[in-house]
Amino acid sequence: MSDESPSSASPADSSPAPVKYSPLHSIHEQLGAAFTDFAGWMMPVRYSSDLAEHHAVRTAAGIFDISHMAEIHVRGADAGAYLDFALAGKLSGIALAQAKYSLLLNEAGGIIDDLVTYRLADDHFLVVANAGNRFAAATALAERAEGFDVAVTDESDDYALIAVQGPVSRAILEATVGLSDFATPLDELKYYRETAATFNGTDLIIGRTGYTGEDGFELYIHVDAAAALWAALTVAGSPLGLVPAGLACRDTLRLEAGMPLYGHELSLTTFPVQAGLGRVVALSKEGDFVGRTAIEEGPDAGARVLVGLAAEGRRAGRADYLLFHGDKEVGVITSGALSPTLGHPIAMAYVDPDVSQVGTELHIDVRGSRIAASVVSLPFYKREA
Amino acid sequence: MAEKSELQYTAEHEWVLVDGNVATVGITDFAAGKLGDIVFVDLPKVGDTVTEGKIVGEIESTKSVGELFAPVAGTVVESNDAVADSPELVNSDPFGEGWLVKIEFSELPSMLSLDEYTALTGE
Repeated sequence: MSDESPSSASPADSSPAPVKYSPLHSIHEQLGAAFTDFAGWMMPVRYSSDLAEHHAVRTAAGIFDISHMAEIHVRGADAGAYLDFALAGKLSGIALAQAKYSLLLNEAGGIIDDLVTYRLADDHFLVVANAGNRFAAATALAERAEGFDVAVTDESDDYALIAVQGPVSRAILEATVGLSDFATPLDELKYYRETAATFNGTDLIIGRTGYTGEDGFELYIHVDAAAALWAALTVAGSPLGLVPAGLACRDTLRLEAGMPLYGHELSLTTFPVQAGLGRVVALSKEGDFVGRTAIEEGPDAGARVLVGLAAEGRRAGRADYLLFHGDKEVGVITSGALSPTLGHPIAMAYVDPDVSQVGTELHIDVRGSRIAASVVSLPFYKREA
Repeated sequence: MAEKSELQYTAEHEWVLVDGNVATVGITDFAAGKLGDIVFVDLPKVGDTVTEGKIVGEIESTKSVGELFAPVAGTVVESNDAVADSPELVNSDPFGEGWLVKIEFSELPSMLSLDEYTALTGE
């Protein structure tokens, strides 16, 4: 398949860069997917129905192509210390094979990207960035490597990334012909851990991670082996209820799970504490890290904070809709939908701190009419342990 | 359900079935497909007077919101309660059970034929 665009290309959201296609694009076409442009990538938005795909992930499993995500390797004797400086978390403290959610901050304390980092070896980490922030993240990470004994390489073009998400995910992977040589058996692999494995002789990394609020796995494999892996997973999974799932349901799944989406809940002007991510910033770690001074000062006293909102009926507040408390404008929705699992509208929103307490009654301006909504705690949906 | 060739179309991806002086209005399969799973429809009430080209309702999917335009001026004589209760009908049967409103009109504007509409959507 086709891919033109290595790191010399400009960010996808500015100049008209060529559209990028996943190594699995022809499979999606055969499956009859509808496509959407996501951060310059032509990706499947749905195969059949957003709702059916959403419910399949909650009750059985869905298989997602998220090959647009960016994979940046950090190798070298200083890898842990370097990441402690470059990122907000204390990455040197994670165990071998552990994964950690973290933030890439700028000097002002704003968020350049949110990332998942896996420790593949003592001196080797894999940092996974959002597609839309690939170049910003790779650039910032490269700049911050100065003075450290590390090599930072953007290897995104080598990787396909397939996510299998849902309660029967483990059974599907265990039944997949060709998947073997697990460094850690899947029944012993804890959430937010990874294991090495092979698929018909090709190395892959399997993380027990995801963006749906369900148990699940993310499989990082070379682009050349991706189509065969997708096919094998599908063969194993179809009898267990696995369906191909697009970005539309991925968005409603992550929203129900209260997970932020960069560009909606997170931005260059968002402080982590505003997004409820204060715990992601390891202020107690030794030494400096980019953004520390600004984070220690904190945002302005009245800075808005992220909350969950729940409403009745079927009309959903959506991104950019305004919130009112009486006649006063007190906030704005960043993501919203009619929750497929819960059956009522849900939203995440930034609101003034004095109306952020759970139980506060607000109104959403839904295209001119006011809809009552209550502040609720996040997440909206939590799977049974 | 009428044959698609018997219907007239608008650039807003609505179809119109004319029977005497009543126009039955729905959205096309193309529009329903673009919206995704439809979860809410807000339709005008029986007796409402509507103006050609003006927004008279909303069609919401999990992902986005579409507007319903009145393709003709007139008075709403029927609104599809079945769709209000089961919005998914707009996806499953956009040209049949998923119809939206019936408008009594006195004058019919010129609309698109199936061929003209198909050329517009490029499908």
